[in-house]
Amino acid sequence: MISRRVFVKSGAMAMVSLGFAPSFLARAAEGATGRKRLLIAIFQRGAVDGLNMIVPYGEADYYKLRPSIAIPKPGAAEGAVDLDGFFALHPRMAALKPLWDNSSLAIVHACGSPDTTRSHFDAQDYMESATPGVKSTRDGWLNRYLQATGSDSSPLRGVAVARQMPRSMQGHAPTLAVGNVEAFNVRGGMGAERELEDAFKGSSDSLLSGSAKAAFEAMRTLRTASGGPYQPAAGVEYPRSPFGQAMQEIARIAKSDVGLEIAFAEATNWDHHVAEGGTQGQIAQRLDDFARGLAALTQDLGERMSETVILTMSEFGRAVAENGNRGTDHGHGNAMLLLGGPVKGRKVYGKWPGLGADQRFEGRDLAVTTDFRDVFAEVSTRHLSLTSDALARVFPRFTASSPLGLIRA
Amino acid sequence: MTHPMRTTAASFVVLLAILVGAPATPAVDFPTGRDAVEHALNRLTFGPRPGEVERVQKMGLSAWIDQQLSPTRIDDSALTSRLPSMPQKPSTINSPQDARRYGREAVQVLAAAKITRAVYSERQLEEVLVDFWFNHFNVFAGKGRTSLFIPEYEREAIRPHVLGKFRDLLGATAKSPAMLFYLDNWLSADPKAAEQLAAQQRQRRAGRGQQPPQNAQNRKRGLNENYGRELLELHTLGVDGGYTQQDVIEVARAFTGWTIGRPESPARGRLANRRGRAAQAAPPTDMDLGDSQFRFVRALHDSGAKVVLGQRIEAGGGMEDGERVLDIVAAHPATARHIATKLVRRFVNDDPPEALVARVAARFRETNGDLREVVRAVITSPEFFAADTRRAKMKTPLEFVTSAVRATGRDMSDARPMLRALQQLGMAPYQCQPPTGYDDTAETWITAGALVTRMNVAQQIAGADRATIIGGPEFQKR
Repeated sequence: MISRRVFVKSGAMAMVSLGFAPSFLARAAEGATGRKRLLIAIFQRGAVDGLNMIVPYGEADYYKLRPSIAIPKPGAAEGAVDLDGFFALHPRMAALKPLWDNSSLAIVHACGSPDTTRSHFDAQDYMESATPGVKSTRDGWLNRYLQATGSDSSPLRGVAVARQMPRSMQGHAPTLAVGNVEAFNVRGGMGAERELEDAFKGSSDSLLSGSAKAAFEAMRTLRTASGGPYQPAAGVEYPRSPFGQAMQEIARIAKSDVGLEIAFAEATNWDHHVAEGGTQGQIAQRLDDFARGLAALTQDLGERMSETVILTMSEFGRAVAENGNRGTDHGHGNAMLLLGGPVKGRKVYGKWPGLGADQRFEGRDLAVTTDFRDVFAEVSTRHLSLTSDALARVFPRFTASSPLGLIRA
Repeated sequence: MTHPMRTTAASFVVLLAILVGAPATPAVDFPTGRDAVEHALNRLTFGPRPGEVERVQKMGLSAWIDQQLSPTRIDDSALTSRLPSMPQKPSTINSPQDARRYGREAVQVLAAAKITRAVYSERQLEEVLVDFWFNHFNVFAGKGRTSLFIPEYEREAIRPHVLGKFRDLLGATAKSPAMLFYLDNWLSADPKAAEQLAAQQRQRRAGRGQQPPQNAQNRKRGLNENYGRELLELHTLGVDGGYTQQDVIEVARAFTGWTIGRPESPARGRLANRRGRAAQAAPPTDMDLGDSQFRFVRALHDSGAKVVLGQRIEAGGGMEDGERVLDIVAAHPATARHIATKLVRRFVNDDPPEALVARVAARFRETNGDLREVVRAVITSPEFFAADTRRAKMKTPLEFVTSAVRATGRDMSDARPMLRALQQLGMAPYQCQPPTGYDDTAETWITAGALVTRMNVAQQIAGADRATIIGGPEFQKR
């Protein structure tokens, strides 16, 4: 087993980690280790300014409407990092450029919800339930994915590195929300643990008994698989921020081979109505943390990236024009990032609607040309194991458009 | 089990209500059983203390509820000696570091005071409601200088009004430096007016031979929708309350000029007179924030007419525009419903029973938002006492931690372990970033990870002998 892993790491599979490997090699890796394909969903809560994250520097209107916060064109001082001659990365996201270059980073721009709400709360709710406009949906799309694809009741199939269970993961399938794996055990000795486990087993409340069952199972599994302090792969440095630490926790759980299929984490503080900044300032700091956290995670996961997709999302974008306080108000379309070996990268997907006055949504925002559910659905069916028959169970009242081609065949 | 006398009494009340044409609010005839008292204590306080059920039973539940609804009649002097003293606000704040240091310290002490009140105040319902309304009008200590204003915000904008009129509560939050800063309204300005003001200031400086300051606050400003949107979505009508993007813009226009500034000192006033109106109207600079208060700056205000939710506000209203907006939204039927729904969710059920929401909303409208009567309607309703309501709510982390301490009857002079527990459970006081406030439903708080943390907090707070009770399933319910 060990020798096989060593071979896998040092031999042909090095290609996989760069995202070039043919899919049969990735499947071989999967078969060899008994690992499942992994989706890591990252929610940028607060509505990241997608136009300063993935900069459409080819648009004159971008510079006209953002006199104080636009990111300079590639080549200029503190300029954006060019991707394809039209779009560029915010300069503080340069850590992701190597992933673009090796074709394991793709972007879907002008992506978002068919619902037009500019409420953070509603828009997050709609994105996480994946039922835009419908508030009565009780469970999140990632939980429905788990419900639709497995009978395995291990809560470690779906783990949110968060103190509260995110809406995306809420639902009947057992899942785990945990801030820190090391602190995840019951103190007071085995006696106390057993007594509590029995008490919760006897509870008539299904939320209590179900959550506790998941907790005790997960505790046992994690105790066996990943004891002690975590050591990231050589040379990998996570940012010391909450986001960086969350990325590290995901790597730890993924590497302990406990059957992780869906991981979730959030990056917060994107709601920059005032003094957003451009190449410096608030958004620059947040994007720096974000990009370095993602880059560290991909390096730490190493060859596991051949079977992993990282998908980033945010509830809506921000208005094209800056507001009266050098910030941006709530808008509509936004950009999503996909990273990983299975991603057909080095491309910005989606129809670009333009930023001209008549091209903007309601005259002010980036229009949405790709329904976010098309991205979710494509990742679920092409990367993960959702069958097209079961698609409607995860995305009710939704007819997918023809695939964007984000995932390698 | 139903007592014949009680049934008769209840029917009589209903009959009476029908006869006098009052809304069909079935006044509950108070159950007296131990279970009912325990239920009331679970929902209306931060958890029963040892012996408290018996005390309330002896007093009578109805009398106890009446008393809790008039907190000034309850002697709370024992609490005062327990409260930590707030740090002195510096008279001037000279650097951002000073400001951050004071803000952090003030919020830490305030958080300790909040926990102390929750555990030891005799005015329990008032404390529950202060928590509820702070959360409803949430501000986040971590955003810039908001923390500087939070102690005053809770003390003066929230606490005095939790059993008063909703319109007063709303008005107090709208004018509070905490809210003006947190939701950015202090920077919102009519772009044209702001441009004029900046030009005047440039001219004045040029006249005195001064260079324009670098990165001046008086640079071009404009409209900021943040407060306008959250006022409608979160504070009043609710997200389905039927407003449009245009309403958001009109509301934001009405509130331009509602900002923060230094208190007008006599010397400053004289200076302002010499310099003319523009100087007086100068927007506050960052350094001024330490001792700021609400100010209306006409020069930043958009004086044109507005149409808010179909109602016209004529041009030239000045500061009154904002007051008019608050009148309109406070009296809107969607607001009555939104507030009723949230209160019923807090006190009765995660899925608020529709009939009760309708009755509570009606009570809100007919009393012009008298929150004492609105709360009374919720907590004296048959739905509140219904068998399937009891133990149907899960405790939030705040309720769990404080009720654990109360249940032990222990003397906890140090709030820090409880604050650490709240941090671990994701509900640290004054640290909720989004304006929505902390959630109030079971699914958010009862998760596998959180249960393990609760079991460990129980160890810490209750000690080994009671840890399995307090960390166990029954204690998570209320």
